[in-house]
Amino acid sequence: MTWALLAAALCGLGLYGTLAAAVPLRRLLGFNLLGAGVFLCFGVVAARAGDPVPRALVITGLVVAFAATTLAVALLRRLAATRD
Amino acid sequence: MILDALLALAILALAAWTVWTRDAFAAGIGFVATGLLLALAWVRLGSVDVALTEAAIGAGIGGVLLVNAATHLGTTAEEAPPSPRQNRLIALLCAGFAVAVGTALLTLPDPAPNLVHEAAAALPATGLGNPVTAVLMVWRGLDTLLEAIVVLLAVLGLWALAPEGATRPAPPPREEGPLPLLARVLPPIGVVIALHIVWAGADGPGGKFQGGAILAAMWVLAWMAGLVRAPEVMDRRLAWALVAGPLVFLGVGVAGLVLAGEFLALPAGWAKPVILLIEAPLTLSIAAGLALLLLGPPERAP
Repeated sequence: MTWALLAAALCGLGLYGTLAAAVPLRRLLGFNLLGAGVFLCFGVVAARAGDPVPRALVITGLVVAFAATTLAVALLRRLAATRD
Repeated sequence: MILDALLALAILALAAWTVWTRDAFAAGIGFVATGLLLALAWVRLGSVDVALTEAAIGAGIGGVLLVNAATHLGTTAEEAPPSPRQNRLIALLCAGFAVAVGTALLTLPDPAPNLVHEAAAALPATGLGNPVTAVLMVWRGLDTLLEAIVVLLAVLGLWALAPEGATRPAPPPREEGPLPLLARVLPPIGVVIALHIVWAGADGPGGKFQGGAILAAMWVLAWMAGLVRAPEVMDRRLAWALVAGPLVFLGVGVAGLVLAGEFLALPAGWAKPVILLIEAPLTLSIAAGLALLLLGPPERAP
C-alpha cells in the first residue's frame, strides 16, 4: 500500500512540476518525476503477483525515457544558443 | 513496514524538493537523489533488475545529463509563470489526478490478472533463469529491438541538432586533481562489473541495458578527465559499433521468420546461444549509443 500511495503522489507531483514550472528544464525534471511515478505503478502491479512482464516493460521504458530526455536537453540547449 | 514508509516519505520529500526548490542546479541534484532512493524502493518491490536499471540509467547517467544541463542552461524562463489562481487550479487538478491513480492502484482486483504462469511455463525452453531477461529477449523481443533502435534514433536526432561543419562533441573543460586519477583507477573495475552484470543477466538480476550503461559511464568518465577524445561523427568504426546490435537482432529476427516460422522467433533448442549472439553486439551498441547521448551534439571545431 505504501508504494501504491507513493506512485500516485509522484504522478501528481510530477504532473504539477511539468505544468506549473516556467523554466523549461524544470518542466523536464517534472516530466521525469511523472515518468518515475508511472513506472512505480507498474512495479506495484508486478509486485502483487511477482509478474516479470511489467518489470521488463519498465526496463525498456527507463531506457527510452533517458533517450527522450537527452534529446529534450539538446533541444533546450539549442534553443538557448539561438536566443543569445 | 515502518522502514518502507520512511523510505517512501524520503522519496516524496526529495521529489517535492525537485519541484519547488528555487535553484535549477539543486533541483537536478534532488532528482538524482530521488532516483537513487527509488532504486531502493524497487528492491523493496522485489525487482532487483529494475533497481539496477533505475540506479544506472535513471539516476546515474540520467542524473549526469540533467545536472550538467542545469549548470549550462541556467534559469531563463521561457514564458511567464502561471498566475497564483492558475497555479491553485493546476495544483488542485494534479492532486485529483494523484487521488485517481491511487484509488485505481488500491482497488485492483485480487488476484490481479497476470502472466506469471505463462512466463514460468515457457522459461525452460529459453535456457534462461531470469524471467525478466526471458521476457525482454523472447516474448517481447520486438520491444527490445525497437528500444535499441530508439537509442539509435535519439543519437541521430542529437546529431541533427549540430551546427554546420561540426565534427565531434566539444572537449570537456580541463580537469586537474582527483578526476584524472579516478578515471584511471575506476574503469578497469567498472568494465569487469559491467560485463559481469551483462553475463549474470541470463540467470539473475542484470542485463545488457544496465551493463551497457555502466560501460558508457566508464568511457564518459575517461572522456571527462581528458584521457580519451570523443570520436568524430563520421568515424566508420563508430557507425558500426552503433548499428551492430540492432543489425544482428534484425538479422536473427528475419532468420526466425525462415527457421521458426515467425519474426524474432528463436529456433527450438538454440535459444540460449542465439540470445548470447544478440546480446554481445547489442551491449556494445547500447554502450556506444548511451555514451554519445551523454556527450551531446557535436560542435564546430575551434
